[in-house]
Amino acid sequence: MTDISVKVEHLSKQYLIGVRQPSYHTLSDALVERLRRLVSMRGFFSHSQETFWALKDVSFEIKPGEVVGIIGRNGAGKSTLLKILSRITEPTEGRALLHGRVSSLLEVGTGFHPELTGRDNVYLSGSLLGMKKAEIDAKFDEIVAFAEIEKFIDTPVKRYSNGMFVRLAFAVAAHLEPEILILDEVLAVGDSRFQKKCLNKMEDVGKHGRTILFVSHSMPAVARICKRVILLEDGVVRMDGPAHQVIATYMGSDVGSSAVREWSDPTTAPQGEIVRLRAVRVRTEEGRVTDAIDIRQPFGIDMEYEVKEGGHVLQPFFRFTNEENVCLFCPPDLDPSWRGRPRPAGRYITTVWLPGNLFAEGRIFVDVALCVLHGVIVQFHERNVVSFQVLDTLDGDSARGDWAGEMEGVLRPLLKWTTTFTQAGEHPTLVVTKGSNV
Amino acid sequence: MAPANAVLSPTVIESRRNSFYLNVQELWDFRELLYFLAWRDMKARYAQTVLGVAWAIIQPLAALVIFTIVFSLWAKLPSDGLPYPLFAYAALLPWTLLARSLERSGQSVVAESNLVKKVYFPRVILPIASTLAGVIDFVIAFALFLLLMAWYGIAPTWKVIAIPMLVLFTLGTSLAVSLWLSALNVHYRDVAGAIPLLTQLWMYASPVVYPLALVPEQWRTVYSLNPMAGIIEGFRWALLGGAAPDTRTAMLSASATGILLIFGLIFFNRMSRTFSDVV
Repeated sequence: MTDISVKVEHLSKQYLIGVRQPSYHTLSDALVERLRRLVSMRGFFSHSQETFWALKDVSFEIKPGEVVGIIGRNGAGKSTLLKILSRITEPTEGRALLHGRVSSLLEVGTGFHPELTGRDNVYLSGSLLGMKKAEIDAKFDEIVAFAEIEKFIDTPVKRYSNGMFVRLAFAVAAHLEPEILILDEVLAVGDSRFQKKCLNKMEDVGKHGRTILFVSHSMPAVARICKRVILLEDGVVRMDGPAHQVIATYMGSDVGSSAVREWSDPTTAPQGEIVRLRAVRVRTEEGRVTDAIDIRQPFGIDMEYEVKEGGHVLQPFFRFTNEENVCLFCPPDLDPSWRGRPRPAGRYITTVWLPGNLFAEGRIFVDVALCVLHGVIVQFHERNVVSFQVLDTLDGDSARGDWAGEMEGVLRPLLKWTTTFTQAGEHPTLVVTKGSNV
Repeated sequence: MAPANAVLSPTVIESRRNSFYLNVQELWDFRELLYFLAWRDMKARYAQTVLGVAWAIIQPLAALVIFTIVFSLWAKLPSDGLPYPLFAYAALLPWTLLARSLERSGQSVVAESNLVKKVYFPRVILPIASTLAGVIDFVIAFALFLLLMAWYGIAPTWKVIAIPMLVLFTLGTSLAVSLWLSALNVHYRDVAGAIPLLTQLWMYASPVVYPLALVPEQWRTVYSLNPMAGIIEGFRWALLGGAAPDTRTAMLSASATGILLIFGLIFFNRMSRTFSDVV
């Protein structure tokens, strides 16, 4: 047995741009172009077009059972890579070796024909995705049940609602049993309850030693599903490593680091008569500035400010909102060493420490405010100064446990759970965690 | 859990430089997909039509009526001493099979551009499936022909057993041309417009409405390079009796198809490497 599932060696893909491919859509255009070249002595059959490398010298190896995310901006080469690995397009140079049966899902409902019934389409789509008829026969009832469309299985697909269509298409795909599964941004469809179901089903696949390659723009999804992430940039591998690190790098490079905001010019900084804001940072306990936060790890947010006039009692605040603009909480500074004490002029850094397993995954936006306590004079209140992304994991030690799907709620605390068991007919006894004499 | 086929050699993905290479094993592995695509073509074609499969009868029947009026009653073309409707219908059987197949499979790759861009399979399956989808229409039209023979009181002879061979020959010819057209159509959409024109011209260059005997002897060799000449004469011979096609015509027609098919496969294979980038 091999210990490598996917091996990519110096893979490159060149596309022609400019004259030839886009404009040559009719024969007469082609003839005119050839003639023009002939007249201009540039050679009748010359192929001197502008070229563009969508992928350049990409190499990596994936072990069986690894779930690898591929991220990068639009045009970074993600889709080209998946298309080559799916054998839809050929590489210009280099090669890839795939050990085992491969299924790729680059679109939901590929090959579905609107005029045909759900039943017909299950067979058609299944066979396009690489299933044998006998396999589809065996799984047919399971697929239909999974899609929850038993009643409509003999109705033409064009009469399906969008949701039904997507569910059926996904149900077929979810029942593939390849050794290598290639997924391109396909989880972004369907209602969230069904997405959960699919994610769980795909996770099942992952746990059976199957290799998954997953492209997505949804960082929470990538962080949740993948342990390893490859970051592509302009067709080359910029980074390849543990999911959280790579995502952090990507997001740092992507949003111009939303994790830090500094005002170098004191005149434009937010300020009142007494206090001037200088900087806000999201950072790990080790002091590394990042906007990708592992849901399990505690982290801090610094507010750096300058007290221009001493002798006042100051009250810094933070305010946290999520993507839906829901205020999660708005904590005031409780540091006992400065609570109720007038502060001398000078530079301060006030840090609020946030425990792990507090926020739900997603992007969190931070407001900062500071007021003089007596008389309540607001010195500054800056909205959305910094933001950070909370990334959950499937390691099993976060609050999501072994659940792979979407989770509701704005908080995700790690709670203590207990279960008591008693034989039928007996009265269960309550678990007591305090004051018990056991 | 070891992957079931870990012992198999890995799939190697690299730039194919050899255009002559046709992976027959792979085609065989994808035979079920071929079947499903052909089946879908047949099924989807008549979905939401009132007359459904009846169209498979109406089309050749309408052509038959028109041909009988125009070429027999009006132009008084000879028909080897056979009733003209039978004479023409025997030719329309393979001709319609060819014409309908060309019409569909010439566009097959472009029509399935969505599949080509999203799923891997040997691309040659597309023109093959579209070609095969015409067989069901042929079977229906053939049944009608048998009724027509009964009407004229002509009994089929043992020569009918040649029909399956001739059908294969027709499909081969159709595929040979479709391979060229469907691949060219990816780059040059002009092909789609040229197909009806091509089939029109081809029909008059084939002995559909007139007997082969009408072609001057000195042109026969050139004429027989058209595979449909041999096929149509073969159909008339197998169904209605009369002179057996001469060996020269048969050999020329067969070699023309063979050569066209082989080079068609090479050409298609070569072009298919860039289908997903261009289509």
